[in-house]
Amino acid sequence: MYAYDELDRTLINERVSEFRDQVKRRLSGELTEDEFKMLRLQNGVYLQLHAYMFRVAIPYGTLSSKQLRRLAHVARRYDRGYGHFTTRQNIQYNWIKLADLPDALADLAEVGIHAMQTSGNNTRNVTSDQWAGVAPGEIEDPRIWSELLRQYTTLHPEFSFLPRKFKFAITASEHDRAAIKVHDIGLRLLKNADGETGFEVLVGGGLGRTPFIGKTIKPFVHGRDLLSYVEAILRVYNQYGRRDNIYKARIKILVHELGIEKFAKEVDEEWKLMGDSALTLDNSVVEEVRSRFSYPAYEKLPHMPDELKQAAHDPLFERWRKNSVTPHKVQGYSIVTLSLKPVGGPPGDATADQMDAIADLADKYSFGEIRVGHEQNLALPHVAKRDLPALWKALDRIGVATPNVNLVTDIIACPGLDYCSLANARSIPIAQELTRRFSNHDTASLIGRLHINISGCINACGHHHVGHIGILGVEKNNEEYYQITIGGRADENAEVGTLIGPAVPYAEVADVIEDIVEAYLALRDRPEELFVDTVKRLGVEPFKERVYATR
Amino acid sequence: MRLVKQGRIATDIFLHVADGAELPEDGAILIPAARFLENAETLSQRADKIGVIWPNNRDLDDLVPYLDRVVVVALVFPSFRDGRAYSQARLLRERYGFKGELRATGQVLRDQFVFMLRAGFDAFEVKKDADADAFAETVKRYTVFYQPTGDGRVTALNRRMQLRHSESASQ
Repeated sequence: MYAYDELDRTLINERVSEFRDQVKRRLSGELTEDEFKMLRLQNGVYLQLHAYMFRVAIPYGTLSSKQLRRLAHVARRYDRGYGHFTTRQNIQYNWIKLADLPDALADLAEVGIHAMQTSGNNTRNVTSDQWAGVAPGEIEDPRIWSELLRQYTTLHPEFSFLPRKFKFAITASEHDRAAIKVHDIGLRLLKNADGETGFEVLVGGGLGRTPFIGKTIKPFVHGRDLLSYVEAILRVYNQYGRRDNIYKARIKILVHELGIEKFAKEVDEEWKLMGDSALTLDNSVVEEVRSRFSYPAYEKLPHMPDELKQAAHDPLFERWRKNSVTPHKVQGYSIVTLSLKPVGGPPGDATADQMDAIADLADKYSFGEIRVGHEQNLALPHVAKRDLPALWKALDRIGVATPNVNLVTDIIACPGLDYCSLANARSIPIAQELTRRFSNHDTASLIGRLHINISGCINACGHHHVGHIGILGVEKNNEEYYQITIGGRADENAEVGTLIGPAVPYAEVADVIEDIVEAYLALRDRPEELFVDTVKRLGVEPFKERVYATR
Repeated sequence: MRLVKQGRIATDIFLHVADGAELPEDGAILIPAARFLENAETLSQRADKIGVIWPNNRDLDDLVPYLDRVVVVALVFPSFRDGRAYSQARLLRERYGFKGELRATGQVLRDQFVFMLRAGFDAFEVKKDADADAFAETVKRYTVFYQPTGDGRVTALNRRMQLRHSESASQ
């Protein structure tokens, strides 16, 4: 956990009071809606179909139990008793009143939570691996660097009015859980030959209307130069990124239009001109930030405690354990994923009561710490294995022990037309229907790892391009239609999925997905071959034939 | 529109000369970049003060040779969403060492004052009178800054390091 100091606290309080003044000026009419729009967007407030939507940042996906309780409090006090965890380690409230927003922000600020730059054309919440600091084999905890970047990007005087939004993601593991290749800047932590920390820097990834996989702009930037190099990228983008067309304004388009070599050259020239920058991070500064991260005092525990041996006789427990429990870097401990994808439920939602209960369980079993992942699930990162059976029962009671993590019903979906004013089609009911179709655990288990991503419009908040199966809502003659892609992925081998055929109407989506899955089961050469690997091996054609043969 | 300079409401002594308008014989003038560059050598010889209005999509390289001869560079915010002039301001101050007046023009609202000050602006053509009047209190709003810029404000990281040193010295 990162502990705010007096300076961090002062800054977010100053931001709350500024926003309070901005809301006051809007309510009094001193600010026009157009003027206010930019100001509210800089603080995570959108105007949706029915109400204001409020997006709160959970930097690098780490929360304390105290913070989670406060998120529950905001849901209960200012909203309708629930919140929605997003694909970028944020939580959204969908029914908040403008006049209540400053108070909600002030309540959050008391526990070191803010909503700065969770929307708008600026540098957004810095995301990271939700298992940072606990994943076996991780090079080092990437959250130290995420926090340095969080501070650097917060209220930046030069880059708060960029051509378009700008997203960072960091990973320090070989397996990329942070989707760095589909971010404006993706950072992969590495060590050089001298054992010094640095980053492979990727640039120009992104989804939306024109998806691109990020390209490596520099294979190694030393940790001390991370901020100055990032500043060079941002400065080139701020000056040359397109501002004439919102759909061509992301850095990915600039990188694409210039070509990565030319773009890299521009950045290098700028970086050289910056010279010995005040942004250089000497070791003591990095250590200062590192020292404010606290880590649990783990016990020396056996690899296989008796409690776990006994519980292994319960098939329901085993089913959950095999699905939702993953190895921890410390012996005797596990990382436990809490599925926010119950059968028939909207993906990523949690009620205030669930949040409170999870906070209590985190105190009891996970050193008071909770993580939020980009798949819209939560995790308890430090659970002693002996506690797993008791924890499972408690999680099951509150409905977050569905054993479907990474399975076909672990669907990522945007809010879609049920909430969002940009959407062309509904996302949530599609997800709900699919979770019903595949509710049989044995079937889902047989299918294996399969990520379905649903976006209600081309803006791609549900990351459909990189879903193993991607579902994109479009509008055709005033009706909801859905384009389906297969073979996308968001990990270290990130790829954009391929369209399988013509769009299908709302009522047929679940049937088509079932057909695709059946085709896969027939086509895979062995049970271990994952859906994406079968698509990679065979291409789209055999799937297309089977799905569209009868349509 | 009101001009705020060095933190106070000020009278603008510069005549804004539009494209195509006749240049006055004397007096301080602020003229568009293209017109300035057409005749930069002669204009720089004028006895009275001269400033230039520099668009946010024009490379600063063309201006750099004349920086010691202009007393004002006015940068432009065609809309408050367009942040290119923040980069230009920092480059003028921090890279090219421009010491004259750096003026923010166009869509300038109170909500940008702190960003602008930090980027190096010291004069503001403020769109709304109420915002100009609120300048002094608005810029006091923030006391903590995460990024180093050329404005000299001490960053949070530096304050922490100083605190560490004084703590270890007192032990």
